[in-house]
Amino acid sequence: MTESTDWPLWEVFVRSRRGVSHTHAGSLHAPDAQMALRNARDLYTRRNEGVSLWVVPSTAITASSPDEKDSFFEPSGDKPYRHPTFYEIPEGVKHL
Amino acid sequence: MTAPTSPTSPTTTAPATAAAALALGDDALVLSHHLGEWAGHAPVLEEEVALANIALDLLGQARILLSLVGDEDELAYLREERAFRNLQLVEQPNGDFAHTIARQLYFSTYQAFLYEELARTDGPFTALAAKAVKEVAYHRDHAEQWTLRLGDGTEESHHRMQRAVDQLWRFTGEMFQPVDGAHDIDWPSLQESWHSSVTEVIRGATLTLPEGPRADAWAAGAGRQGLHTESFGRMLAEMQHLHRSHPGATW
Amino acid sequence: MTTVTAQDRTAAFDAAVAADERIEPRDWMPDAYRATLVRQIAQHAHSEIIGMQPEANWITRAPSLRRKAILIAKVQDEAGHGLYLYSAAETLGTSREELLDKLHSGRQKYSSIFNYPTLTWADVGAIGWLVDGAAITNQVPLCRCSYGPYARAMVRICKEESFHQRQGYESLLALSRGTPAQHAMAQDAVDRWWWPSLMMFGPPDDESAHSAQSMEWKIKRHSNDELRQRFVDICVPQAEALGLTLPDPQLKWNDERGHHDFGPIDWTEFREVLKGNGPCNDQRITQRKQAHDEGAWVREAAAAYATKHATQRPAEPTTARTAPGEATA
Repeated sequence: MTESTDWPLWEVFVRSRRGVSHTHAGSLHAPDAQMALRNARDLYTRRNEGVSLWVVPSTAITASSPDEKDSFFEPSGDKPYRHPTFYEIPEGVKHL
Repeated sequence: MTAPTSPTSPTTTAPATAAAALALGDDALVLSHHLGEWAGHAPVLEEEVALANIALDLLGQARILLSLVGDEDELAYLREERAFRNLQLVEQPNGDFAHTIARQLYFSTYQAFLYEELARTDGPFTALAAKAVKEVAYHRDHAEQWTLRLGDGTEESHHRMQRAVDQLWRFTGEMFQPVDGAHDIDWPSLQESWHSSVTEVIRGATLTLPEGPRADAWAAGAGRQGLHTESFGRMLAEMQHLHRSHPGATW
Repeated sequence: MTTVTAQDRTAAFDAAVAADERIEPRDWMPDAYRATLVRQIAQHAHSEIIGMQPEANWITRAPSLRRKAILIAKVQDEAGHGLYLYSAAETLGTSREELLDKLHSGRQKYSSIFNYPTLTWADVGAIGWLVDGAAITNQVPLCRCSYGPYARAMVRICKEESFHQRQGYESLLALSRGTPAQHAMAQDAVDRWWWPSLMMFGPPDDESAHSAQSMEWKIKRHSNDELRQRFVDICVPQAEALGLTLPDPQLKWNDERGHHDFGPIDWTEFREVLKGNGPCNDQRITQRKQAHDEGAWVREAAAAYATKHATQRPAEPTTARTAPGEATA
């Protein structure tokens, strides 16, 4: 088989029930989007795991680099004032 | 063990209903058996999973239908070839993947229209058909998607798919013989719907609609009367051998 | 951006593994760690898909419709598990095509257990009980493997496989309690599958080539002998409940050790099967290659169709007809 006939890789996202977001379930190979959706149905929802599916070509995903994780994510670590527990409220005050 | 040639001894099911259940149940049983033969042989891993799903849906339908008639295992394993009521189409061997897909296309389109009708009319099959109709819609979609890809794929796949739809065409007329016990079905209109749907898919796949006869007195078209094709006896021999080797055993 | 030195990277990797954190695909990792993982995950994936063959051998002859449905579902799961594992391997920069090619050309292995034949229906039960039982004993610790995608695939696989062992046990129980012929069939199957199942844990610890490094990297969590002993201890009472005998006259409880002692394993047989001289090595690979080669025109057709229709692809794919959810979020 030549390389051009290899089916591309797709990432599969499953919504397990209405009201929750789609979550990454895994990946699979398929020749096109329609077949990817069907393969995803057969593979990732055969035990009744989902009510909705997304398939995305793996190459369409841009990921943050682990090398940049310090500059990307550490700066948000020292800003506790973004969380409600940062603030002190007198006892007995309600609905805050 | 009861006599294997007299399976239609339902205790609660009306005889006509039992006859219909047997015909439809045998269709599903035999086709699921052939699809099960693909395990470990499919063209790609994803298709192993898809074909097994379809086989399991059909086997589930067969078990419910045969249970309306009697003991599912006695019916599946102890009847002789001439007592089976399935269409000749579903007993045709797998052939190549195109052949399997053509068989799926013809049968699942038929089953989709038939079960839609059965689900609509109030009768002994309403509940079963309502569930099966969803399964069959997927089988039909699977067959259509693959017919398009094989027909409009490469030169080789086009050739194989054309050969497959041509070879199986002669087994499609039988599907529209009225089935005893499924009275409320308008068979001529079912046939019309089937024909126009299949025509659309075949043409969409850049294939030519087969022209040969769809049933002949001398050839295909007697499965419902218990006349089958040669390969069916071998299929049954394989399927029934172990069960028959241990009379009365439970598994 | 600051430059990260090789030393920093190694230190960060070692620290993450030591802290029981998961390594993810785009993290830096030592080449040898990557190679070990590719080898192990590929072998695991290959085992799943080769493992379909001995059981599929009985689908068309399953003696009841209930057993037939169970067997189809089980063999289907194995295809699915192979698929999850190939996907996990692909996160390490290899492709499924490449891995299959290595399997077909004998450059990568699969579990030797599948080079034994399934001669009777009872073998299907014995595989479920013993082979899947051994596999589960091996796999459960892999759910905590240091490599994230592998660990996640294993979580899914272990969850799905929980029915595999039970159905095998239930099937053997029906045979054991059935007619004398059925009971004999079950005992014969256990006689043939017991020792090869014990070999599934790999060579003894002092002869295992890769064990020490894999333990250090937390790819592996327990030694071969440790897992083998655990499996034997689990199986003894299960065999009693089945009414079947494990074919080892030396098998007995050792109060001092708190474990069962068991007889010596024939490692010559193990090595011969590994070398390719087992009963079914050729047959398994031949069938695998045949399915792959005969499927080539199908894969090519679908790829050609996708290329032709690439521009016509709808922007929002419709969901499958039976999916009750909405088409887009």
